Amino acid sequence: MRQVLLIEDEANIAEALRFILSRDGWAVSVVSDGARALADVVRIRPDLVILDSMLPGMSGLEILLALRADPANAALPILMLTAKGQLRDREAAERAGVTAFMSKPFDNSEIRAKVRELLGA
Amino acid sequence: MPFNVLVLTCLAYVAFLFLVAFVVERRASRGEMRFLRSPLVYTLSLSIYCTAWTFYGAVGSAARTGLEFLTIYLGPTLVFVGWWWVLRKLLRIGRRQRVTSIADLISSRYGKSNLLGVLVTVIAVVAATPYIALQLQSVTLSFSVFAQSSPETWAMPDRDATAIWVAAGLALFTILFGTRNLDAKEQHHGIVMAIAVEAVVKLVALLAVGIFVVWGLGGGPVAMITRIENYTDPNWAIQPGRWGGLIFLSAAAVITLPRMFQVLVVENVEEGHLARASWAFPTYLFLISLFILPIAMIGLERMPAGANPDMMVLTLPLHEGQGGLALLAFLGGFSSATSMVIVETIALATMVSNHILMPAWLWLRPQAAVSGDLRGAILLARRFSIIGVLALGLEYFRLSGGSAALAAIGQIAFAGMAQVLPALLGGIFWRGGTKLGASLGLSIGFATWGFTLFLPSFGAGGVISAEVLQHGLFNLQWLRPQALFGSEGMDPLIHSIFWSLALNIAGYAAGSLLSFPDPVERIQGAAFVNAFDDELQAERLGWTHGQAEPEALMNMAQRILGDEAAISFFEAEARAQGKAGFLPDLTPRFLAELERNLAGSVGAATAHAMISQLFGRATVTVEDLMAVATEAAQIMEYSARLEEQQGELSRTARQLREVNEKLTQLSVQKDAFLSQISHELRTPMTSIRAFSEILAEGDLPSPRVAEYGQIIHAEAKRLTRLLDDLLDLSVLENGTVQLDLGLAHLGQMIDRALAAASQTRPERNFDIQRDYASEEIHLRTDADRLVQVFINLISNARKYCDSTAPILRIAVRQKGGRVVVDFIDNGAGIAKDAQGLIFEKFARLTDDARVGGAGLGLAICREIMANLGGTVSYLPGQRGAAFRVSVPLRMEKSG
Repeated sequence: MRQVLLIEDEANIAEALRFILSRDGWAVSVVSDGARALADVVRIRPDLVILDSMLPGMSGLEILLALRADPANAALPILMLTAKGQLRDREAAERAGVTAFMSKPFDNSEIRAKVRELLGA
Repeated sequence: MPFNVLVLTCLAYVAFLFLVAFVVERRASRGEMRFLRSPLVYTLSLSIYCTAWTFYGAVGSAARTGLEFLTIYLGPTLVFVGWWWVLRKLLRIGRRQRVTSIADLISSRYGKSNLLGVLVTVIAVVAATPYIALQLQSVTLSFSVFAQSSPETWAMPDRDATAIWVAAGLALFTILFGTRNLDAKEQHHGIVMAIAVEAVVKLVALLAVGIFVVWGLGGGPVAMITRIENYTDPNWAIQPGRWGGLIFLSAAAVITLPRMFQVLVVENVEEGHLARASWAFPTYLFLISLFILPIAMIGLERMPAGANPDMMVLTLPLHEGQGGLALLAFLGGFSSATSMVIVETIALATMVSNHILMPAWLWLRPQAAVSGDLRGAILLARRFSIIGVLALGLEYFRLSGGSAALAAIGQIAFAGMAQVLPALLGGIFWRGGTKLGASLGLSIGFATWGFTLFLPSFGAGGVISAEVLQHGLFNLQWLRPQALFGSEGMDPLIHSIFWSLALNIAGYAAGSLLSFPDPVERIQGAAFVNAFDDELQAERLGWTHGQAEPEALMNMAQRILGDEAAISFFEAEARAQGKAGFLPDLTPRFLAELERNLAGSVGAATAHAMISQLFGRATVTVEDLMAVATEAAQIMEYSARLEEQQGELSRTARQLREVNEKLTQLSVQKDAFLSQISHELRTPMTSIRAFSEILAEGDLPSPRVAEYGQIIHAEAKRLTRLLDDLLDLSVLENGTVQLDLGLAHLGQMIDRALAAASQTRPERNFDIQRDYASEEIHLRTDADRLVQVFINLISNARKYCDSTAPILRIAVRQKGGRVVVDFIDNGAGIAKDAQGLIFEKFARLTDDARVGGAGLGLAICREIMANLGGTVSYLPGQRGAAFRVSVPLRMEKSG
């Protein structure tokens, strides 16, 4: 079963994503802050990371940079979600090596299709 | 001695004087001045002190009163030997201030007051007119003496006609050589030389007569002395009071007489000449007085009784058949009279034209001052003044009948001019002297002199009636002209000198002490009194007197216009004059052009003053200097204005920069704010959208449906709350909030807030500590808004206080017109670096999604308190989180 690590501090959004992605057959684990998220990446070895851009403690961009700094994660697909919807954030994320970028709110079908695509299914 | 020979000799002598004056003027205008710049010429020119009064009158005086005539020589001798430093100061001031006459000096000293100039001019004219008449009288008398003794049958020349001819000749001479220079220089080299020649002639003549009398008639000096010693005449007794008075009078006269001032100060070419004159002039006086007594002695012996003693110098040689000697004596007397009249006339004409005619003319035609034909006008005024002064003298001579004794008229004139002395000496030695003092002293002295000496000199029933002479003015005994204030039995001359000068000095001192000098007076007073202290400065400026070197002008022009411009200007001007090189002649046209050029750089007044200083052709007046100062002030003001404008510009630029920075900052803040709002709106929206799609699929178990429905509801509420807060904040920030002011009880407000805040995390049990007594305060404020702040603070405590046994202490204090409410919990408090941030929008510090809110609470509190005229601040140093609300006890509605 392909592993999806969801890094999201908003409990309700995390629950919604967990629900629809689990229903599609992916194993979803949820973490709400950056430090634990990095540890989980090492521990779980996810096939996909879904990353919220606004997180307490460590911002989404910082987590992204930290992940990409590790060569072991060079090929790890990372989908970034943002509620700020600013072009600048998207550009910064792309420079930092994000795989895909998606704005909140999103269509459920849209994100499901994107996850399928990133997991190569 | 034929009379026609006399007339011919006289004409030849006059022609000789014309020639001397003419040649000297020519050479002076070509700049060949060396022979003129000798102390000898200066000393000889001073001898105009010895007029016909001295020449003829001294013998007459000696015949009547013995040695008293000496007093007239002792005064000047004392001044030149003992008081030369007064003269030196006068010379220095005269040169520095470009003084043209004694009237100019006085007016210049006292703030360039034209009133004083007029006053001194009037005194001088009134005092000098009889004196000039006296000279005319002596010439006509000497003519008639010759005519009477002439063996030929020449008709006795008409007295008046002779006087008119003499006056006309003198006027011609004075106009020719006194107003020859179109640029109205103050100095008259031709005339000075002519009077120096005349000085020699009169000394030689008197010495010749004296030698003839002593050795030819008197049998040598020893016999002469014996004769004098044996002579007894009660009138020859020395009267000490009169002696003192006369010595003082003549000492004053040598300084103040217009003609003496003219040769002593105005015509002086070098200050050093005074050193020579200080012994040479007394020597001259000594020589000229040496034979007076012997001549009088022998005259009394040999001349028939009733012969006019005033004419003995002339009649004695004639009587003894010495025609040639008599002719020489006549020329001596003629020289004395003419030189005095010429210089006196020039001096008076300068005063009259400068202080009366020109001001009047400029007042009548103010546009003339700018039109530029002023020099012609000045010259014309001088010429009219010369004719006027001589006409006055002539008229006085005709009216007075020429009968009064020569010496008496001279003394009256001396006493009149002596009135200027207090203002003059006070002016150069006392800075406290003021215009009012000088005017007062001069007028009082002049009036007293006129009343006690001048008017009575016309004789009882002349101008002053015998009645007034006897019983005083208005029948007041103490106002008798010759016994003022009951001072009876005094010599009339001494009486007048005493009272006029005493009142004069009193008026001067009182007026000076009681008034304050104006700024120009203060400047001038300092310049006059400290004439020597500023010496260095004057020398640095390098002023020369009377003429300018083209090089000096060139130098000045270079400094002002720049080398290239100055040289090309001078070159062009020289070429226009047909000269090679770059030094043109100093023609009026060239000077005017130069002045215009300089004026472009330094201003008109400054340019004029600078050229005047270098060229020395005109006085640099205080007005000039003030104009320079004004100009400088204008330039300074202009540059100050420029500076101010520049300052304003840079201030504006700085303000713009600041505003721009602020705008940029605001723009960044706005972006950040929008980004924050976007996030805060999109986050609940994301949940709502995702869950509503899930619910819409319709295959969920019902517990899930309920759960997800609940989430949708909560997130929708969150959205609503966020929008409410945003609107609230917007209204508060814009200051458009409507406050509902009223009296409210503080304790009740806290009750309401506690009740409302208990909705937040109702599961927590807080220990609320209050001091109810302190809350018994009625505030005039918007109670709902203040309660909103309290709710917010209490809710924050309920949300964030991490203590397991949470306590919230609410402390109230009244301080002045303010009420302070502190909310202190026992949690961990807020980290120091975060304390400055908490009142900013979206400054939610924790990630605890449970606590809800978008981080606008404290920002709203801050805005509410600002609207209520109070503050809310974090109170550091308490154990837990502490917030202080400060609110005015009575809020006034403002704006």
